[in-house]
Amino acid sequence: MDANPELFKAIGDGTRRTILDELADKDGQTLFEICGRLTVKHGLGSSRQAVSQHLEVLEKAGLVHTRRQGRYKFHHLDTSPLRSIVERWPIDREEPNP
Amino acid sequence: MIRINITSVFVDDQAKALAFYTDKLGFIKKTDEPAGEARWLTVVSPVDPDGVELLLEPDGHPAAGPFKKALAADGIPFTQFAVDDVHAEVERLKSLGVEFTQDATDLGPVVTAVFDDTCGNLIQLAALNQA
Repeated sequence: MDANPELFKAIGDGTRRTILDELADKDGQTLFEICGRLTVKHGLGSSRQAVSQHLEVLEKAGLVHTRRQGRYKFHHLDTSPLRSIVERWPIDREEPNP
Repeated sequence: MIRINITSVFVDDQAKALAFYTDKLGFIKKTDEPAGEARWLTVVSPVDPDGVELLLEPDGHPAAGPFKKALAADGIPFTQFAVDDVHAEVERLKSLGVEFTQDATDLGPVVTAVFDDTCGNLIQLAALNQA
């Protein structure tokens, strides 16, 4: 059984992976900034509502944390849940022998 | 022909708004007339004093507060102002203590940034990149 099925669901969607890419590019973004980057840089026409729902899925998987600062809400990337993937299927440091 | 002569932002305090929009942003006061309990208070850009006026309009209506709060929480700017160089303007405004929710961001055809006008609104700065 997967210990964290939400993780695989979260990274199984292209738009959500792009959101993670953009948060990796610059951490700490408002919903507005994320929507702008998806639209202008990636030509993704997702509605604000749809992006908001994608962020909820990412948050459930622990890949995104939200932080309230004053009146604004910022989204932060947390890649630590991905560690469980390489722990499950270790990556050999040496080139594998064919 | 019909044309735009005024656009407005809802501000929580007109005197505070006038100070911010003139001292920090660099607009100049155009009209200041008593209007009921408030003032008909507009500012213009010094490079276009006869152009579009920005009305600093009181946000007393009960719907304005929740509306402004919801926009701010999601980082959505209420309106946009043009500058020649977003990066330079962000630096200038930050040195004056202006708070940004989005730093200067190059999005290809346009560079944008978003700041807090201290009157309850987020405002976007934008400059088109030369093609």
